[in-house]
Amino acid sequence: MFMSIKVRYFASLKESLGRSEDMLAFTEGLTVDAVWQASNHQPLPKQVLAAVNMDYVALDSLVNDGDEVAFFPPVTGG
Amino acid sequence: MSIQIVKEVFDPWQAIQDYQHTYLPAGQYGASNIFIGTLRDFNDGESVKGMTLEYYPGMTEKQLQKIVDAANEQWSILDCLVIHRVGDIFPNESIVLVAVWSAHRGDAFDACRYIMEALKSNAPFWKKELLASDEQRWLAANTDGYTKKDS
Repeated sequence: MFMSIKVRYFASLKESLGRSEDMLAFTEGLTVDAVWQASNHQPLPKQVLAAVNMDYVALDSLVNDGDEVAFFPPVTGG
Repeated sequence: MSIQIVKEVFDPWQAIQDYQHTYLPAGQYGASNIFIGTLRDFNDGESVKGMTLEYYPGMTEKQLQKIVDAANEQWSILDCLVIHRVGDIFPNESIVLVAVWSAHRGDAFDACRYIMEALKSNAPFWKKELLASDEQRWLAANTDGYTKKDS
């Protein structure tokens, strides 16, 4: 069975990658870090934060079918 | 409790007055603590003529709600109002408002500070400055508000 995952990028990371999102299809469970690797074929830049379904997660968290995974630089609001 | 992400200029003083008048029961609150963040026209030795604030619709509101909920658990507060600008902002415009109402000052002071510092470190907003030279630069990270700056 295929798992479908939406990957989103924000701010300076979005600019440096040149795109704001990817759609991935998998047949097995992946970690957040593996989602990055599959989408970008390069190491995750230091300090980049990750979220699944709009909550912060560790990079070794598992991703499920239908999840939205997001990667972004340190936040600078306020 | 109200959390608002706004795309247009807002007047924090008017927002406080309107919210207080509409939602705060007269006679109940003895302390109101307000933080307002305003865009300066300088940063890191450069003149700044504007800023674009990006956010993550959905996650930003969710994280702000968690911060407000945590403050509500930790302190005895009656109500709070958080407003944050996004989009294109110009110097002297308000970026953020955190207002907290409580019976006594300790809770209002501490909860307001907590919400503001947590927003700075956890709420997904990103600032891109437009310098006087027309160069644009992303801010790298927020500093810890509890650390004193060398002057």
